[in-house]
Amino acid sequence: MTSQTKSARIAALRRLLAAEAGTAADTPPSAAAVPLGAAEIDAALPWGGLPRGALHEIAGSAMDGAATAFAALLLARLSGGTRPVLWVAADDDLYGPGLAALGLRLDRLIVARAPRARAALWTIEEALRCRSLAAVLGETGAVPPTAGRRLQLATRGSGVAALLLRRAGDGAPLPGAMTRWRVASAHSTPDGSGDDARPCWRVALVRCRGRTHTEDGHVACWHVEWQADRLGVVPALRDRPAAPRRAAG
Amino acid sequence: MWFPRFATDRLHRVAQRGDGARPRERAPHASAPLVTAVTAAGVRRVTAVDRAAEAGGIAPGMTLADARALEPTLAVVEAAPAADAAALARLADWCVRYTPWVALDPADACGGAGLWLDIAGCAHLFGGEAALLDDLTERLHGLGFGAQAGLADTAGAAWAWARFSARAGPDAILAPGAQGEAIAWLPVAALRLGAADVAMLDSLGLRTIGDLARLPRPAVAARFGDAMLRRLDQALGLVAEPIAPRRPPAPFRAALAFAEPILTHDSIVAATQRLIRDLCEQLASRESGARRLTLIACRSDGTTAAVALGASQPTREPAHLMRLFGETLGRIDPGFGLDAMTLEAEAAPLGPQANALTLPPPADADARWMPGSSDATPAALNDAAWRNEPHACRIPAPDLTQLFDVLGLRLGHECVMRLAARASHVPERAVARVAPAAPPLEPNWPIRQPRPLRLLKRPEPIAVTAPVPDAPPLQFVWRRMAHRVRHADGPERIAGEWWRDDAPLRDYYRIEDMSGRRFWVYREGLDRPDRPARWFLHGVFA
Repeated sequence: MTSQTKSARIAALRRLLAAEAGTAADTPPSAAAVPLGAAEIDAALPWGGLPRGALHEIAGSAMDGAATAFAALLLARLSGGTRPVLWVAADDDLYGPGLAALGLRLDRLIVARAPRARAALWTIEEALRCRSLAAVLGETGAVPPTAGRRLQLATRGSGVAALLLRRAGDGAPLPGAMTRWRVASAHSTPDGSGDDARPCWRVALVRCRGRTHTEDGHVACWHVEWQADRLGVVPALRDRPAAPRRAAG
Repeated sequence: MWFPRFATDRLHRVAQRGDGARPRERAPHASAPLVTAVTAAGVRRVTAVDRAAEAGGIAPGMTLADARALEPTLAVVEAAPAADAAALARLADWCVRYTPWVALDPADACGGAGLWLDIAGCAHLFGGEAALLDDLTERLHGLGFGAQAGLADTAGAAWAWARFSARAGPDAILAPGAQGEAIAWLPVAALRLGAADVAMLDSLGLRTIGDLARLPRPAVAARFGDAMLRRLDQALGLVAEPIAPRRPPAPFRAALAFAEPILTHDSIVAATQRLIRDLCEQLASRESGARRLTLIACRSDGTTAAVALGASQPTREPAHLMRLFGETLGRIDPGFGLDAMTLEAEAAPLGPQANALTLPPPADADARWMPGSSDATPAALNDAAWRNEPHACRIPAPDLTQLFDVLGLRLGHECVMRLAARASHVPERAVARVAPAAPPLEPNWPIRQPRPLRLLKRPEPIAVTAPVPDAPPLQFVWRRMAHRVRHADGPERIAGEWWRDDAPLRDYYRIEDMSGRRFWVYREGLDRPDRPARWFLHGVFA
């Protein structure tokens, strides 16, 4: 076998392997990445943003405001303000004004209430097959590996992004997820008046396909705040008053 | 159709099936003559008799003592007219496989009952009227009901012929227009007259319908009243007598009958696909889409199973309808086998969806956009038509409405919704739930204050430590976890609507605890100084 055919065959095998593993180099052009609006986070992701047609996991329970807010933010960015998105909720407690404040347009948001786990997974899979949606966010608990694989195949086939808001500690992380995030709440920015206090979170990109993680156990970690219409990354240490403030009146 | 011994046939059938029979209707011995009895004015009288009892000389109306004297081994069951009526209704539903136009002729005092079937336009599906009658009587005999058929142009003549002519087979069919001379020799009781009228006519020497018809009409009207004349005219066809069907027939209907009863799920699915295809062709020829579908499966033991479902937009795509039927087909119990299946649809004209269905698919493989988006889209979707119609560009894409249908069927239609703003300053009333396909409105929230991301349906009470009752809390316990307050904003006083009596007065605080989580708590009851104020947690912030 000549070296040319050999190298051609090796290249073909490499392409085959890459296609099976689904690395960044082989994401189809239709699944373009959506930038999150914060330069540091976008730089950390190998695609320059959150890729469509992929599964993303956010660790956090339903009652965790920080994880829900980050998930809503991602959903809003993926929707782009024009395309419809679906939220599969376990309970009927999503509040419109709070979601609108995070940039999620309510006329593009559809909420499906599926209290039981199997119905929720089925709903997510059915929604992932609908190409008109931009993204599907599902609140789930433990996801069995076969169900996770089905979701992954569904997203790859249709190009609809899937965000899974999973209760932390409930089952193993999904092997097929493109990125995995963990969000914790952080002290909000103190300001002159209480109304302008901006919500802050500690966002950690725990796993990312195509990036290796540092010895801390995650790829990167940021302190982000929501600045009324965009996401901003702030340094963790800042001037803060020593004593906690009290409300006036 | 006339069932001369409907009540006793039903009891025999129940005895043979041997299921669910109550102790009072304990299965009598199959060979003993069976009668049903009712207590009238303190005397037990026989109401319905079966063949064996009739052969022994027992007639309806006889007292039970006389009947027992004639036949010592008589089995007596209490008459149950309600059960008879229910059984007749079930049989009428089963006859839907022949024609949707079925009406009941309720059971009379002698235990007989009847059904009217209007088979105009249905006979050719079964190979002619004679073949239909044969098939029907044979199946009814197979089900255990002795039946006699009569077919005529008018309902009155058919009723008379079925009950009084004692003809079977092809003789049971009256030629069109020939009912006049055919029923002339039947007794006057065949005109559905009351017993008193029949007795009066008998005393006057008028015994057959022909005698009555030969009298001058004004004389009949003057002597006997208009009702008798009307019955005569109805039987002869001079006055129209429409029968009111049990269920109004649907405008679009596809039916399928099987040579052998089908039992397996796969064959049910295949039959449904064929029915859907036929139905969609009918809908396409009339430019309509189906809104509500009903699938009726007729089992070979005379019962039916029905599945009904609805779509949010009129649709006539076979693939979508099959998907909607999806899991519900597995719930149809075939019993001993399905003989026939019918699919009915209520339709509505297809709206602007027709444009989206006929558009060519987008050139690139990208997902289909909602029309009206500002991003680059294939030229076909950016038609001028979309831009000129402000409402058309807000209709969701067809596969989105199909997704809503499928999710709504599985989860419940009230569980798939969109959120919309409502003009109210009370937090729990500020958000309304609307159907997902409703036209979107621009949300403008009247309140500019920060609001939580999740609002609990029922505010949960919390135990609060506050230095002064008016001040925000220092620490609170929620769901058995203690949170120390680092930072509190407020109070924001929200009073209820003044036109409601139970308007609460609440002071809301935005609280951040030591780990950074933010909550929305409120204190209520400050307007009632006699009771201590209570604290609740209402929502979770971002």
